[in-house]
Amino acid sequence: MLAEHILSLVTWLPIFGGMAVLATGSDRHADYARQLSLVIAVLTFIVTLPLYANFNSGTHAMQFVEDHAWIEAFNIRYRLGIDGISLLLILLTSFSTLLVVISAWKVIEKKVAQYHAAFLMMEGLMIGVFSALDGILFYVFWEAMLVPMFLIIGLWGGPNRVYATIKFFLYTFLGSVLMLVAFIYLYHLSGSFDILAWHGMKLGLTAQTLIFFAFLAAFAVKVPMWPVHTWLPDAHVEAPTGGSVILAAIMLKMGAYGFLRFSLPILPDASHELAWLMIALSLIAIVYIGLVALVQEDMKKLIAYSSIAHMGFVTLGFFIFNTQGIEGGIVQMISHGFVSGALFLCVGVLYDRLHSRMIKDYGGVANRMPVFAAFMMLFAMANAGLPGTSGFVGELLVILGAFQANVWYALAAATTLVFGAAYTLWMYKRVIFGAVANDKVAALTDVTPREIVFLSLLALAVLVMGLWPYPFLDVMHASVDHLLQQAMTSKL
Amino acid sequence: MPDSFPFELVYLAIPLSCLAGALLAGLFGWKIGRVAAHTVTILGVAVAFVLSAFVVLPDVIAGNSFNGIVYEWGRSGGIPLEVGFLIDPLTALMMVVVTFVSLCVHIYTIGYLHDDPGYQRFFSYIALFTFSMLMLVMSNNFLLLFFGWEAVGLMSYLLIGFWFTRDSATHAQLKAFLVNRVGDLGFLLGIAAIYMTFGTLDYAAVFAIAPQMAAKTIPVLPGVDWNMMTLICILLFVGAMGKSAQVPLHVWLPDSMEGPTPISALIHAATMVTAGVFMVARMSPLYELSETALSVVLVIGAITALFMAFVGVVQNDIKRVVAYSTLSQLGYMMVAMGASAYSVGIFHLMTHAFFKALLFLAAGSVIIALHHEQDLRKMGGLMRRMPITFITTWIGALALAGIFPFAGFFSKDMIIEAAHHSRLPGSGFAYVAVLSGVFVTAFYTFRMLFLTFYGKPRMDEHTLKHVEESPWVVTIPLVLLAIPSLVAGFTFIDPLVFGRFFADSIKVLPAHDVVKQVTSLFDGLGPFVAHGLQSAPFLLAVAGILTAWLMYVRLPQLPGRVREKAGALYTLLLRKYFVDEFNEFVFAGGARVLGRLLWKIGDVKLIDGLAVNGTARVIGWVSGIVRHIQSGYVYHYAFAMILGLFLLITFFLHK
Repeated sequence: MLAEHILSLVTWLPIFGGMAVLATGSDRHADYARQLSLVIAVLTFIVTLPLYANFNSGTHAMQFVEDHAWIEAFNIRYRLGIDGISLLLILLTSFSTLLVVISAWKVIEKKVAQYHAAFLMMEGLMIGVFSALDGILFYVFWEAMLVPMFLIIGLWGGPNRVYATIKFFLYTFLGSVLMLVAFIYLYHLSGSFDILAWHGMKLGLTAQTLIFFAFLAAFAVKVPMWPVHTWLPDAHVEAPTGGSVILAAIMLKMGAYGFLRFSLPILPDASHELAWLMIALSLIAIVYIGLVALVQEDMKKLIAYSSIAHMGFVTLGFFIFNTQGIEGGIVQMISHGFVSGALFLCVGVLYDRLHSRMIKDYGGVANRMPVFAAFMMLFAMANAGLPGTSGFVGELLVILGAFQANVWYALAAATTLVFGAAYTLWMYKRVIFGAVANDKVAALTDVTPREIVFLSLLALAVLVMGLWPYPFLDVMHASVDHLLQQAMTSKL
Repeated sequence: MPDSFPFELVYLAIPLSCLAGALLAGLFGWKIGRVAAHTVTILGVAVAFVLSAFVVLPDVIAGNSFNGIVYEWGRSGGIPLEVGFLIDPLTALMMVVVTFVSLCVHIYTIGYLHDDPGYQRFFSYIALFTFSMLMLVMSNNFLLLFFGWEAVGLMSYLLIGFWFTRDSATHAQLKAFLVNRVGDLGFLLGIAAIYMTFGTLDYAAVFAIAPQMAAKTIPVLPGVDWNMMTLICILLFVGAMGKSAQVPLHVWLPDSMEGPTPISALIHAATMVTAGVFMVARMSPLYELSETALSVVLVIGAITALFMAFVGVVQNDIKRVVAYSTLSQLGYMMVAMGASAYSVGIFHLMTHAFFKALLFLAAGSVIIALHHEQDLRKMGGLMRRMPITFITTWIGALALAGIFPFAGFFSKDMIIEAAHHSRLPGSGFAYVAVLSGVFVTAFYTFRMLFLTFYGKPRMDEHTLKHVEESPWVVTIPLVLLAIPSLVAGFTFIDPLVFGRFFADSIKVLPAHDVVKQVTSLFDGLGPFVAHGLQSAPFLLAVAGILTAWLMYVRLPQLPGRVREKAGALYTLLLRKYFVDEFNEFVFAGGARVLGRLLWKIGDVKLIDGLAVNGTARVIGWVSGIVRHIQSGYVYHYAFAMILGLFLLITFFLHK
């Protein structure tokens, strides 16, 4: 019984769990809310593990499929299923949410139940996005997921949170509406909202091109790709730490996932025709954003820009149409989830103590927080793509793939070796190294056991994936091969 | 050894014993204390050295080699990416050199960092460095090579900035990492080119089919095709230029002297900086296929050898003199590589590792005796006060200058002969450069020696009173390194250069085989020595020493007068050809200005200001007008509905 509905379970457990947390009510019962959230987050994470354990990596077919009628009049179905690509993203989601719950323990003191409930519900909705196989179901999860995020930024955010929330909303909403139009058009052609049916459906080049741009509007904003990226730094700066972690670790991956699930297999010809555009935007993201990240004065903005540059690697990998590129892109998505999440948590650790995100307010932190400095060094190096950390694996594969496509793509992409190291380590130098800069830094205390717990979990993830990415790559081979085959087969 | 001897376990134990020491000292150093921290790391490195020197080396000399994987790291597109070892003569020799110097440096550090609060951290770092360096030399494929390559870079970064409260140190470490990353950019692209050309990253598989790929080309621009092998070799060499500090990527090495002296000896003289040289030797089956790439190596090496030596002449910081000497010597090794004299280059790498580590550690011994004074102008007259340091420095200096029978005499002479016999474009320049470099080398080396140990003491009274010979943990490594600095030349030239020690680990095409041409001129070692003692390099070295003696012992007022006469040249050298200023302004400054422009103009003004907020303004303006339609009068709405209905009907009727 449970085994047949495991995807529903991981989707709805955190959503209903979130409602239960909400029911604990006001801040008088804050500790109950925290404990209950932790239990639900841990349970959800445990429930996602059998997905990996029982996953058959030998096939590209969707697994753990559930299929029920939902709105029969329009042939809309409640259809869930995952392949090797969505599997990893679901695991990343449940892992990241667990970290967010731990990290919020002592930090969030107002509207505790609501905060945790928002994250748990968002977790379920995001897992829903990654497992939905019906267009409308996907769309519902996709839009619903934004609501908790708006609330998180709008209620627990910084001083400029209203501007950031509205900017975030307008950007993403405009894109999503066009995606919905494209879905309805595909429904008219195929008579169903079955995503897999769309994969196999013939489609003319004009229609493909129009749908491609409709999808691009939705996905490019989410990734975000240059030039629709400017909402991200603002959103990150205003979001509370947990919000930034989920935003960077999971939400950005939605757009990239959209390219894989929709654009490439449904629109192979348009994808090839417009690959030049996607590659150009990706390379601009890597080089232009790399330079912009260098001069940021706010740590969160710097990491936000760094995220955009790293996501440029992902989209570059997808549109060079070879195995290394796509697998590298997916690995980069997962790794970026760990690394950017970790860096935002590190900034959170500092912010909780000193209430500033500005680089100039720090200096010499290593003198007072040596354990923290060691953790942050690891994550900084992972962000710079050092071999042995997860950050290297995706970069390596994408560069290997890009070189096969064109020497100059590879060269432009490889500049990240220099830029990525420059902006990350220069920030690290100014914040962590040096003599104690001021009295506030002098008063810092090193990480608490609770902080060590979530930093260690991330450090472990970063190192395991860097030293042995085999298990991560192994589950995606069949799915990626199939995807690539679809993307290489003309539909004209 | 019996056949059943578990060599595979030995190969694993060598790096892992270093790693275990590093982890123990690093993670539990605060708990187990100083003595335990240095004990476990030294034990780990000692095990690695003993196994390398007395188990692995004899085994490869007996003709056995190993090539196998440890585990499959990942796989993409059906092509496995592996972690695996290749143990052959070249690797075994490097393992012995690395572990031996590392062991000496570990022991020395006990004395050098005696009072430092970061004691355990330091031991953890150098043990981890040794592990990384071993992975680099033991790898059997380009992936693990790159792992080791970047890992040693990381350890170098962490160790240069070991004293992280000093701004100069953290600046130097960042500079080192970034300059190396520029090299690594080329290196990684080179690996990507190999992956594309050969479909594998495994050395043996790549080398086996390399000759068939020699003529393969790749389109780089419409209508422009490049030779793939040349492209691969040059891209890989860009990596070597970063790691082995070749002009113009040399700028990080002098600044790396901000790190503690044991590091300068181990990483920035003996081992890590020679990784580029090792890599070219390892890739000899590829480089042999591209004379263009060999020429590039030759010329860049020659430029580095000569022009960095000049800078060493005017430096006043004792460590910087040795650092520029290292740059110059790395250039010599690269010249050997470019001339296809790979075995000679590796031979010089080995002798240099001994005598240069010795010179650094001796300099460090002087520095601690003078309470962290590094300025040559405040030294002098230490000869009798520090006898062991004094004698070992003499040995190191003679070896570096290339005086018979010290180690450098043999290896450097062979490089000069190799450059002389090379027929590649650029070899004429390289020969002149390495030959004139000999005089300069001897001069700056002995300038340093004389300024440190001879003449009147120039330090203040208080310091002078407390000068004494360093403790035994410092002097023992000096003696341990002085021995091979004296004997390694005549002991190892026979097997390494005249003999076939390297067997198949180095490949040279007959047309490039300058080593064979040189050795065939001499009937064994004796005639080679006899020739060397009468030839130009030896005479130039002696002349250099005599000039230094004249200027810094006999006529101490002479240098000041020369300095006045050659003001512009002196400034040019003292400011290191203004390369740092150029980089600081053009690259570092340029990137920041560009970044700020893209941010403030591109993101803030254009995208946000014009596109995003502009759209919002337009929408606001439009809705301001459209709003008037919503008047609230029912007949307005009714009229709009009728109009809409009419339009729709018209549309469907005419469809």
